[in-house]
Amino acid sequence: MPPGMKKIKVTQVREGHDVEVEMEVPDIPAAWPPPAERRALGKPTPRIEGMDKVTGKAVYTDDVLPPGMLYGKILRCPHPHARLVSLDLSRARAMPGVRAAISIAEVGAELNYAGQEVAAVAATSEHLAEEALRAIEAKYEILPFEVDVEKARAASGATPPEWRTQGDVEAAFRQPDVVVVEATYHAPVVVHVCMETHGMVAHWEGPDRLKAWVSTQAIHSVRSALAKAFDLKESQVEVICEHMGGGFGSKFGPGAEGLAAARLAKEAGAPVKIMLERQEEFISQGSRPSPTVTVKAAANREGKLVAWQSEGYGTGGVGSAGSFQNLPYIYACENTRTRYMGVRTNAAASCAMRAPDHPGLCFITESVMDELAYALGMDPLEFRKKNDPNEVRQREYDIGAQRIGWAQRNPKPNASPGPKKRGLGVASSIWTGGGSPGTIGHVTLHRDGSVEVAVGVQDIGTGTRTAIAIVAAQELGLNAHDIDVRIGHTSIGPGIASGGSITIASVTPAVYTACMNAKMQLFSLVAPALRCNVEDLECNAGLVCVKGDRSRSLTWKQACAKLPEGGIKVQGEWNADLARPGLAGCQFAEVEVDVETGQVKVVRIVAVHDCAIVVNPLTARSQIHGGIAMGIGYALSEERIWDVPHGLILNARLEDYKVPGTMEVPVVEAILLDRPEVTWVSGLGEPPAIPTAAAIANAVYHATGIRIRSLPITRAKILEGARA
Amino acid sequence: MTEKDSHNQETLRVSRRRFLQGFGSGLLGSAILSRGGLVGAERAQASSSPERLGPGPIPLRLNVNGQTRTLTVAPHTTLLEALRGPELHLTGAKRGCNHGTCGACTVLLDDKPVYACMMLAVDAQGKKITTVEGLATGGKPTVVQEAFVARDAMQCGFCTPGFVVSATALLNRNPRPDDHEIRRALAGHVCRCGAYQHIFDAVREAARRRNGGR
Repeated sequence: MPPGMKKIKVTQVREGHDVEVEMEVPDIPAAWPPPAERRALGKPTPRIEGMDKVTGKAVYTDDVLPPGMLYGKILRCPHPHARLVSLDLSRARAMPGVRAAISIAEVGAELNYAGQEVAAVAATSEHLAEEALRAIEAKYEILPFEVDVEKARAASGATPPEWRTQGDVEAAFRQPDVVVVEATYHAPVVVHVCMETHGMVAHWEGPDRLKAWVSTQAIHSVRSALAKAFDLKESQVEVICEHMGGGFGSKFGPGAEGLAAARLAKEAGAPVKIMLERQEEFISQGSRPSPTVTVKAAANREGKLVAWQSEGYGTGGVGSAGSFQNLPYIYACENTRTRYMGVRTNAAASCAMRAPDHPGLCFITESVMDELAYALGMDPLEFRKKNDPNEVRQREYDIGAQRIGWAQRNPKPNASPGPKKRGLGVASSIWTGGGSPGTIGHVTLHRDGSVEVAVGVQDIGTGTRTAIAIVAAQELGLNAHDIDVRIGHTSIGPGIASGGSITIASVTPAVYTACMNAKMQLFSLVAPALRCNVEDLECNAGLVCVKGDRSRSLTWKQACAKLPEGGIKVQGEWNADLARPGLAGCQFAEVEVDVETGQVKVVRIVAVHDCAIVVNPLTARSQIHGGIAMGIGYALSEERIWDVPHGLILNARLEDYKVPGTMEVPVVEAILLDRPEVTWVSGLGEPPAIPTAAAIANAVYHATGIRIRSLPITRAKILEGARA
Repeated sequence: MTEKDSHNQETLRVSRRRFLQGFGSGLLGSAILSRGGLVGAERAQASSSPERLGPGPIPLRLNVNGQTRTLTVAPHTTLLEALRGPELHLTGAKRGCNHGTCGACTVLLDDKPVYACMMLAVDAQGKKITTVEGLATGGKPTVVQEAFVARDAMQCGFCTPGFVVSATALLNRNPRPDDHEIRRALAGHVCRCGAYQHIFDAVREAARRRNGGR
């Protein structure tokens, strides 16, 4: 093969048949176009599925109603800790309308939280399914339980793990003229509150063919799990998710409810839908674990953080309590000693939740940094700049400080007479968010000029569909809304799970490559007509033309008319040159605290976030707004509250678990860091959810002189602090 | 016993007597056992010629998006369930909580936003029901819908139909809402994705366009 050429496989559709052809094309190094050449990439683009969403046409899992569909409901253990002594489904099976009943927990099994799945039924209506649940006879042996983390820790007698040590904290604490802060910080267990609950519609199309519509962040993970559970080949299972109503980390697998739906469907010989009720979401669908961490930290008069010691514990129910030994967050410190212990409590297992651990790590660290700065009499922003190794964030600090008016603030906390007192606070975030291999882009060019791009991934609300359209539009010289994008079916091909903020950096390079390959094939047909070489051509604003000479061109449609009769299909793989991790961000909060009522109002957030090349600034800003909204909940109102003596969650409903709404969200100035020199795409979903609560807590201190070290910052805590 | 307690006891005693009187026909036993019967019992108490609904499925005529639709449902079916069920298949209104706490099920009832999950379908008879599917006429999206798309007033989109319906009702009632009025009017809706700021932008843009501006 001549140098500078590579082989690609192209599928030509001739007489209705796919014919795979290998061809040689110029091996142009993959690169995103520079800013001057970006006509679609980087332009604010409304979602291509937006009209479907505002007209009610977008189909979510609960909207799927195959003929003959049954409704499934799950029986949950009412006790926080019990052994299942017996389970009799016979009366349930005999109830009117009931077509299937299954056990989920085995007799003799230990059930570890109130709400754990025990059995399930499917019936011709939801009402009949609920009646049937009441007819299930389950007997339990009640076992001792504990839901309070303090009591559970004391009762467990467990010893903390080994210290993780770096340098010599003791020597650092003994250094002359250091300020020391010693305090305990706490953040609560919070939950995802996806607007669409978890659920699946399972339909056996044959004894060995399962089709499942699922509300999920990972169609392929769900497919693998279903195939494994039913001893099928992956090719015998199809998972569909064209639209889903939020996951935030809680929807990576089929869940007990999905497996139950599929089992019920198999037994009933009819499709079964299980969509969880809101209460079930609160008690059984995962959570963010709660850290309680005691920190002793020191800084010297030059403003260097010289020592950090922290130990703590937390609970993720019967699951992971997180990694709160990874402290301090962001800031460089030569001498550290940390340890952290998980405490098991009788609650459902925690799971990933938007930037797992980071909001808590940030709150703890940024509170300590703030306290050290004030103890030193140093500007908290200057103190951070001295200890933050991240160069990108140095720029972000300056931009954010200027926009919030940091230099104009009164450096003394509690400077206002009140009762409404204003203050400013700052906090930072760090995240990975690069791309991963494993996603294939599929591009079809039709003779009439229409373009289809298909990727076997899901759009969890972040704008993945539109990002795909933007990249294709950029590469092919078209408008994003001219591209037909198809996602959400495992049958399309492989794709990554949407988590870790990796989707855009995993998907867009694959689409780029597929479009590049498709372009090359098209150019090979056009070049003779324009009497040039393939590498001389480009796609530009609806034309296929010689670079720098638009007079030598065909329109896109004219070029496509040269394609084989059925068009061509081309694949493209992910390319590591086009994606990179490393996301720095910072947020500045302005709050107004009424020290007579305890109310904290977030007046304004200035958020400065880097996501390298911004594919779509319109949807990127939406991500920033969204992360901040979650951060406000973490800061001011969200926490899981227990009826400790009974081991039951008290606030398992939206009335009593308060998520931010229209009256709570501030004005957000979302600044996407302009970095024209970067040549890669990166993610953004999680970083904006990280620093908001910490910035708010710091702003509350600046406003009032009240340091709240325990989230959420409730009115009671403000009033208690005001009285002190 | 306080005066208030004895009054309450008296009230309860009277109610129970009346309740039993309403079932002098001896249908009390079976009526109590089914939910449909209990609904019937309350109606029996309330009106002079008792109208019993159920316990089996009942026919309904609903005026939905300008059309009369007939369907057969259990009497305890909510308006949301009736809309989203296999007969009408109007799945735009969503079930977010089934409890009147999230707003995802919002439809217009005689032009006022209501939570469809919090009312019985039978009680929507004789009223004009407008769902998100019925806002656009002649296939052309409304100014509110266009503004929501243009301003990215959505992310996952699950809460979007509810917001669009409420925003439409707001602007129909108050063509020039200020920021506070917009937040108050939409305060019955939860958006966990946090699209609020763009939603407010969209409502402001829609108001401008509807008032002849750009």
